[in-house]
Amino acid sequence: MIAQPQPHRSPIDPAAPLSVRDLTVTYDRKPVLWGLDYDAPAKGLIAVVGPNGAGKSTFLKATLGLVPLIGGTVRIFGKPVGEMRDRIAYVPQRESVDWEFPASALDVVAMGLYGKIGWLGRVTGKHKKTALEQLDRVGLADFADRQIGRLSGGQQQRVFLARALAQDAQVYLMDEPFAGVDAATERAILATLVDLQKAGRTVIVVHHDLDTVAEYFDHALVLNVRKIGDGSVADALSADILRQAYGGRLATAHLPDLARAG
Amino acid sequence: MISVQDFLLIDAPAMVTGALAALACALVGNFLVLRKQALIGDAMSHVVLPGIVVAFWVTGVISAVPMLLGALVAALVAAGLIEAIRRLGHMEPGAAMGVVFTVMFALGVVLLERSGGRDVHLDVQHALYGNLEGTLWIGADGWGSLVDPSALAELPRQLVTLAVITAVIGALIVLFFKELRLVTFDPALATALGFPAHWVNLAMTVVTAAAAVAAFEAVGSILVIAMFICPPATARMLTDRLTTQVWLSALFAVGAGLLGYLFAAFGLGWFGIDASLNAAGMIAVVAASGQVLAMLFSPRHGVIARRRAIRRSADEATAQRLA
Repeated sequence: MIAQPQPHRSPIDPAAPLSVRDLTVTYDRKPVLWGLDYDAPAKGLIAVVGPNGAGKSTFLKATLGLVPLIGGTVRIFGKPVGEMRDRIAYVPQRESVDWEFPASALDVVAMGLYGKIGWLGRVTGKHKKTALEQLDRVGLADFADRQIGRLSGGQQQRVFLARALAQDAQVYLMDEPFAGVDAATERAILATLVDLQKAGRTVIVVHHDLDTVAEYFDHALVLNVRKIGDGSVADALSADILRQAYGGRLATAHLPDLARAG
Repeated sequence: MISVQDFLLIDAPAMVTGALAALACALVGNFLVLRKQALIGDAMSHVVLPGIVVAFWVTGVISAVPMLLGALVAALVAAGLIEAIRRLGHMEPGAAMGVVFTVMFALGVVLLERSGGRDVHLDVQHALYGNLEGTLWIGADGWGSLVDPSALAELPRQLVTLAVITAVIGALIVLFFKELRLVTFDPALATALGFPAHWVNLAMTVVTAAAAVAAFEAVGSILVIAMFICPPATARMLTDRLTTQVWLSALFAVGAGLLGYLFAAFGLGWFGIDASLNAAGMIAVVAASGQVLAMLFSPRHGVIARRRAIRRSADEATAQRLA
């Protein structure tokens, strides 16, 4: 694939919670993200949508420096990620870890505080208390001592959310927090995201369910290796953009509904 | 009945060396097993062999520091080769590791055979199967030797090396317990929080190689893997807490080292047979037996407990249907 010349690339927006320019990632020569420019708005919940293999998870990982970049710039409030680690929280996909690991729900939530504790620091009673408060926020205080493998999928997802809350960050990056959870958990997670947003935090969520994007989110970034569209949900999820992003993979009958919902 | 002097000369140093070898490997093994990378321990115990032999060639002495350095260089070369083969050959990591560690081990064996014909030499048999029986405390002549500095100065070199390496590994795990827990459970979050997982992994490889070298002289390169895997895997069956698991694994490792040696040295004697067994082999057998017992009888994860839980829930379901 050949990069198209981008003569009018605007400068990084230092006020944007997340601003990327020409972000490019490849796995084994196959492009996963190509020349992405994006400025996250300061207010409102943001959904990252796109078909499978569109580079949605890679976008979050590239932002955090977890995958090598072929090129491009990532800035958090105008600064490199390395200087802003304590301001970003990350919720990986639930399947990315082994839930048989010998740890309690509280242990996992406390991991969100490790960055603040720093190298060689000890996890103290004060940290455990903070972790327990975050578990309580997601309704799991009673499960603090339970081994994480004995929690349901929805509870595991909420443990991850509590861990991100413990990080007390400015920018939250979440990879499919709604995947495979029950309806009650979905509502609980959404309520937490709305709270974060109201508290002035930026929340960027990879979301796979097009039916609920317009209902849950204010902004959307539509990806398919390249940026297909972004803006308010209504603008970004136009029938035209969705057709470009999903191609034949989305039944055309679905499109007008979505566009109207947006 | 054996005399105190014989015990301190022959049995005590071998027992302590066996226990320390198992302990050093088991401590590291906890994290390898949890990452499902237990075979890295096996790979490292094999790849260090050419490093040890070359170090011996260059220096002409069997001594801890050059051997460790040689082994660490070999471990790093192996880690690099595994990564290169994985990327360039598009091979899955297990296959890449298999290729590298067998070839390097083969190279080690070939070099080892050529190391004979000098005053001091590395024995092939000992390198493969260990030589606990050869660990002697020459200066010991009674219990008083345990507090006598001049006698302690003559403690076997292997024992002292192992004690130092085990202490260093133990200290590292205590100091970096939080970091190890995080990197082992969720390397992506670890990196995002500023604890780069690849550096911690590299350090883990180096420490694994150090444990493998330290244990190599005692139990040989083939049986080391049992020390890396069995005690942590046994401990994992008995607890759901990482701290408890690490402590239990240490306990099981020391237990396997001591009991394994005792069974090997005196086990046949108890049946009136005047012979002894290979101590390193017996330690591995004891460690594995512990794991079998834990798999059967662990209160939560054991086969019997799980059977019982399934039967109980089936009974409850039947009772509900009948009610």
